[in-house]
Amino acid sequence: MAEAAIELVGINKSFGTVRANRDINLVIERGSILGIVGENGAGKSTLMSILYGFYQADSGEIKVGGKAVAIKTPNDAIAHGIGMVHQHFMLVENFTVIENVILGAEHEALLKSSIAKARSELERLEREYGLEVDPDAVIEELPVGLQQRVEILKALYRGAEILILDEPTGVLTPAEADHLFRILRQLKEQGKTIVLITHKLREIMAITDTVSVMRQGTVVATRETAKTTVEELAELMVGRRVLLRVEKGEARPGAVKLSVRNLTVRDSRGVTMVSDVSFDVRGGEIVGIAGVAGNGQSELIEAVSGIRRAVSGSVMLDGAAIEVTGHADPGELRDRGLAHVPEDRHHVGLVLAFEENENSILGYHDKQQYLNGPFLKIDAVRDDARRKIEKFDIRPPDCRLRTANFSGGNQQKIVLARELEQDPGVLIVGQPTRGVDVGAIEFIHKQLIAMRDRGKAVLLISVELDEIRSLSDRILVMFDGRVVGERGPDATEGELGLLMAGVESQEAAE
Amino acid sequence: MSTPYTKLPAWADYGLIPLINLLVAFAGAGLVVLLVGENPFRAAAILVEGAFGSGTGIAYTLYYATNFIFTGLAVAVAFHCGLFNIGGEGQAYIAGLGVGVVCLAFDHILPWWLTFPLAILGAAISGALWALIPAYLQAKRGSHIVITTIMFNFIAASTMVYLLVGPLKPRGAMAPQTRQLVEGGQLPKLGWLLSDFGLTVRPSAPLNLSFLLALAMAFVVWLVVWRTRLGYEIRTMGHSSKAARYAGISETRIIIITMLISGALAGMMALNPIMGDQHNVSLDFVSGAGFVGIAVALMGRSHPAGIVPAAILFGMLYQGGAELAFEMPNISRDMIVIIQGLVILFAGALEHMFRPTVQAVFASFSPKSVGIAPPRAEGA
Ligand SMILES: Nc1ncnc2c1ncn2[C@@H]1O[C@H](COP(=O)(O)OP(=O)(O)OP(=O)(O)O)[C@@H](O)[C@H]1O
Ligand SMILES: [Mg+2]
Repeated sequence: MAEAAIELVGINKSFGTVRANRDINLVIERGSILGIVGENGAGKSTLMSILYGFYQADSGEIKVGGKAVAIKTPNDAIAHGIGMVHQHFMLVENFTVIENVILGAEHEALLKSSIAKARSELERLEREYGLEVDPDAVIEELPVGLQQRVEILKALYRGAEILILDEPTGVLTPAEADHLFRILRQLKEQGKTIVLITHKLREIMAITDTVSVMRQGTVVATRETAKTTVEELAELMVGRRVLLRVEKGEARPGAVKLSVRNLTVRDSRGVTMVSDVSFDVRGGEIVGIAGVAGNGQSELIEAVSGIRRAVSGSVMLDGAAIEVTGHADPGELRDRGLAHVPEDRHHVGLVLAFEENENSILGYHDKQQYLNGPFLKIDAVRDDARRKIEKFDIRPPDCRLRTANFSGGNQQKIVLARELEQDPGVLIVGQPTRGVDVGAIEFIHKQLIAMRDRGKAVLLISVELDEIRSLSDRILVMFDGRVVGERGPDATEGELGLLMAGVESQEAAE
Repeated sequence: MSTPYTKLPAWADYGLIPLINLLVAFAGAGLVVLLVGENPFRAAAILVEGAFGSGTGIAYTLYYATNFIFTGLAVAVAFHCGLFNIGGEGQAYIAGLGVGVVCLAFDHILPWWLTFPLAILGAAISGALWALIPAYLQAKRGSHIVITTIMFNFIAASTMVYLLVGPLKPRGAMAPQTRQLVEGGQLPKLGWLLSDFGLTVRPSAPLNLSFLLALAMAFVVWLVVWRTRLGYEIRTMGHSSKAARYAGISETRIIIITMLISGALAGMMALNPIMGDQHNVSLDFVSGAGFVGIAVALMGRSHPAGIVPAAILFGMLYQGGAELAFEMPNISRDMIVIIQGLVILFAGALEHMFRPTVQAVFASFSPKSVGIAPPRAEGA
């Protein structure tokens, strides 16, 4: 048995009445990869935040290399060689990549020489691990996928020996995730220790040595990865059998509800992200758009849902035009029955500082049912929020809690509950199950299919190829801003993967 | 980034930290008093005695507080939308014109209780209009509102000087001010309220009906910000413009409406000195109240329940400070300004200076009592 890199002994942590961690004992072996799985709100992020010094445990002990240490701040953690990549990025949005990487780790008095040094170090890291990012790009202009890479670079740059990754693959495509895993394996070979939190059991099976399952604040089981199965883990997590496959009947497509023609969209820098895209979505079908992050899917759905102005093209909703090239009003589109679950729940879909019930009406706050003249009907809003909490099993079931204090998966459910409960005619949904646990994924998928079966049109964007394949009735593949192919739901992963990499478009050119 | 995520219990957040800030500010002020060779404890006693020791003192304190409640609310409303309205000073000054015009026109014909609502409208509308241009420039052109409102303070000052030495000055008068308002333009004093508590109040003490208007406005602001659709939209915009866009909230519209409200609140400050006390419009009647409003809003955490006590605190400094300058020959008016500056510095601008320490202390005593905000990126 290898020695323990980190030992957690009897860790307890409560937030008010919520016991996020109770009596947790966990050994992380040096040079191994430990996976942690568990339902949304099981306390995974809390535990890792304690290890990283964001929180202090109410009681319990952390041992690094056999010695008990006090980790009061992230700086202590870094000093003990612990690095963390957060579930929610912690980057300065208007800084460049390199500025973010050196932030807090500037070695020289002058920023200029720090940057010069960092640049060569960064180049080495990028080469070694294949984490290419333009060091001078500004963070807010990078797609989420690349922001993720910057987070990893940041930890590596600080010389982390023990790397904690909290749902790192939530934003990556399978190919990118494989890439990440190659890096992680490489790190492991160099003797580094890795803790990986993920909701994707496939990833657990692929890369970890051991896996711990958390439920309601406790570690309920630890298994050697080689000796367990996906089914067993899912059951341990949720406490019941989980349907890991999506069950759905034949689609019965009806009239065209959403029709996109020759749409071209540029991003804030003026780079064309979507060029000349056309497609239809009919009532009663789910159309999935597959693609590697950053190939225009995000801009596409932003334009269609009225929050980004398109350069040219047209979009029809139920036969009437949406002013995508002018002043489209997302509020008006909602009234016309178009709902949108944005990819970025933190900055777009939610106001984190709001109470949960306030977020449960975001965008629908002007609906008559919530209003009494100019006043909000607070009671109606809260009752409504409670109902959604109940139906979507949002935890903790407290509509007065600040949204920032919900776990990542539960925040996602707040957005989904809000949009799905409006029963829109057209639903545009970006990354519906990002950061959501297996039990909730099952639930969300059922809801989306139920919408389809009620004759609604669903446009789905996901970097999760499995999700696209199992939910969609038709799959469009985007590469470099264009739709490069359309496939049926029976398309193989390999086939789609090639399309996503733009291979077919090259063939076509030949 | 030691413990920036610690969240303190409410009593510490709203009670302890402001108290510590105040104590430090007073300690600093005490040092200054010591430096000029006076006894800081006696000075403190005189200050508090001057502000709260007599009915008249209290009436003055609350009179000043009235000004600061209006301007503090004005700054706070803009804060909720993520806007920094530094123009309260100018908005109040120009509103003096609105109040003045209404009163000059009607004080001979109408009783005060009819002039008053008209004057409120005059104040609110002129203050709002003065905020409109910076608001429009911010919303449509992205000109930074801090810069434009500062510039508008200067424009307001010059405009009022021109008007008060010219068109508004009665022919043949020496002072740069309007004629005295007669009864129809004078608000009832509220001294009797304090007399009811057995305090003696000099009839000249300026506390007047606008104080009650200020309290009512504090309630209205709470209502608007936390209980209306408009307030919901303002707060959404203040937290995340991306979320606001997503929610179908027009940025232009909300910025302009918020600034109109903010300007109207700042404008109402003009009622207090003009109709309540001096009964004329004079040069520089705002005398810094617009700026004190920024400190008041910061200290009161942009919440009316915090703004009212913070305004009273600053009222106390104004009134007690005046007494102090009178009683202690070594302490000049300028010294008082220094002391006020220290309070603004510690309680307003450096509001978060002691927070990390307090948090660390809390965390080490009882990690449990400290619910910690998670390490999650928040929309600015
Ligand atoms: N700052 C906080 N204040 C109050 N409650 C909190 C806070 N942080 C976390 N919680 C609660 O603690 C519990 C555990 O949260 P945590 O974020 O650790 O879950 P998780 O296992 O990481 O879930 P997910 O898979 O959704 O990310 C949840 O019920 C959450 O609402
Ligand atoms: Mg988590």
